[in-house]
Amino acid sequence: MAIYVKPELCKGCKICISKCPFDAIDMEGKVAVINEKCTACGTCVDACPFKAIIRDDSGAVKKDLSKYKGVWVFAEQRQGAVMPVAFELLGEGRKLAESLDVELAAVLVGDKIEGLARDLIHHGADKVYVIENELLKNFSTDGYTKVIDQLIGEYMPELVLFGATHIGRDLAPRLAARVDTGLTADCTKLEIDPETRNLMQTRPAFGGNLMATIVCPNHRPQMSTVRPGVMEKFKTDTARTGEIIKFNAEISKEDVRTEVVDLVKIAKAGIDISHAQFIVAGGRGLKKAEGFDLLRKLADALGGEVAGSRAAVDAGWIGKDFQVGQTGKSVKPLIYIACGISGAIQHMAGIQKADVVIAINRDPEALIFKSADYGIVGDLYDVVPKMIDEINSRK
Amino acid sequence: MKVIVCVKQVPDTNEVRIDPVKGTLIREGVPSIMNPDDKNALEAALALKDKDSSVHVTVLTMGPPQAAEVLEECIAMGADEAFLLSDRAFGGADTWATSNTIAAAIRKIGDYDIIFAGRQAIDGDTAQVGPQIAERLGIAQVTYVQKIEAEGNEITVQRALEDGYEVIKANTPVLLTAIETLNHPRYMTVWGIVEACRNKETKVWGINDIDVDPKDVGLKASPTQVKKTFTPSPKGKGVVFAGDAKEAVDTILDELKAKHLI
Repeated sequence: MAIYVKPELCKGCKICISKCPFDAIDMEGKVAVINEKCTACGTCVDACPFKAIIRDDSGAVKKDLSKYKGVWVFAEQRQGAVMPVAFELLGEGRKLAESLDVELAAVLVGDKIEGLARDLIHHGADKVYVIENELLKNFSTDGYTKVIDQLIGEYMPELVLFGATHIGRDLAPRLAARVDTGLTADCTKLEIDPETRNLMQTRPAFGGNLMATIVCPNHRPQMSTVRPGVMEKFKTDTARTGEIIKFNAEISKEDVRTEVVDLVKIAKAGIDISHAQFIVAGGRGLKKAEGFDLLRKLADALGGEVAGSRAAVDAGWIGKDFQVGQTGKSVKPLIYIACGISGAIQHMAGIQKADVVIAINRDPEALIFKSADYGIVGDLYDVVPKMIDEINSRK
Repeated sequence: MKVIVCVKQVPDTNEVRIDPVKGTLIREGVPSIMNPDDKNALEAALALKDKDSSVHVTVLTMGPPQAAEVLEECIAMGADEAFLLSDRAFGGADTWATSNTIAAAIRKIGDYDIIFAGRQAIDGDTAQVGPQIAERLGIAQVTYVQKIEAEGNEITVQRALEDGYEVIKANTPVLLTAIETLNHPRYMTVWGIVEACRNKETKVWGINDIDVDPKDVGLKASPTQVKKTFTPSPKGKGVVFAGDAKEAVDTILDELKAKHLI
């Protein structure tokens, strides 16, 4: 697949150059030429008024992909507990499996963990593949890659989802290289193209300044990682039944070249804003760390949590764990109240899934008013106390 | 000990803005920088060299000709040797094709004990190229490394987790990916800058210089393809209250109550 310019049709108008997100078009004389930065995104094809830029799909080699069937979710467990992201992936995987009309399976790897399988079925899995071995007790890139590669070879899924945890982001790329397929990281939206049955994987690019939809049309399985907190869990149904399949994978001590000699847990405050129903967030406009005391009162009145923009975190007013945005966490509260936050696109990327966004900012031109459901132009130190009073008086 | 560090030149994405009218990226004036995590990776390699001057540090990047700039920066920080993989054929590569090309170059460089890479690059945030290079070279990997101790051919590292860390032992050869908390990268030195200008030239390799099938590099070898790009769509424009704050608060809370959100 590639993008070409037909020189005889190019009028040298340079519209394509201004539209190209990747700086991938140069002028050579009076004709546009695609350079090596091109990712074949096709923006220029649509932008050219003279139809001088064309996409050539003929180079694609079609392999027999029809043997690959089913949606899989890697059910990451640590010390015998399934990570919350695995349940979120089952929720998303359920939708994808239904639109493809195939089964949803969970892949459970570890030592003495078969007991977790039932819960995965209750959360939406039709099948659970269980791989148990004492060598798999702790995660290792070598061990987990080896056994899941065998499982994929045996059962041939068309699609495998991983949580973008520190483990998922270590395992998935290695496994994708081994099974010789593509991988798309940190997807925020997954859909099936009804025509081709390809997975359309949408993710932020350029630090969240741009969204890209990525496909993997000629390789199977299609693989994606999804960040924790982005997808919705499937409603638990303890009456659901499914099949548990034990898979005997070959693995020996020599296969695992790294050894976990210690595991150190660092206690955290225990609050995870990615699951909060109500979030009151502060930004640069707070001007001081004490501003969060006020926001905390509003959060308490709502029964929610406080969070910060990158500016507030960089200023040291609130911890990194509470940062919302592209480089922080994605949140999906019912109500998100942004106080003194300008609304940089990196921040907005983290609150796309908020049901209602309320913005309080002194600057009537603040970007955040363009995408907030409700905006209040005013000093947050004036508005927030009024909001607290009003909420408390309505209780 | 021989160490190879993989680095990438990236646009400083914090400086990238969207043209609100045209909906396109504004690239003018956006500086190119060495990817931050890669700087931590280089620092880790240079720290090994500080302890043992026989450690040889090679830096490697793939990119357009101007990517040589980051290699010069690496040499000015203290790296011994630099290679730039640059060829039109390599362009448009996803992580599959990128790791294939870089692994071929590492095989040609030959001798290595540790390969360092940054955890991820800020222009793509995939964190995939490091592990995929390790896979293609058939060596062990440890990602998210926040502390390193090397003793002979045995490496002990801390691998950061979301809620703590693991202590992991591995033998060389191994690929490690560095995160920000691993160290504080040093600055370029005057002597290093002189070295970069005079004595240590970046070697440029094209597709014919490394042992790789032309079918397995660049855009055409990439399993993943960008189907379309778009600027994130803001939610529909809402209501903005500019008058009395109390009134605004009342109205909003009434509406939220009506929607059963509070």
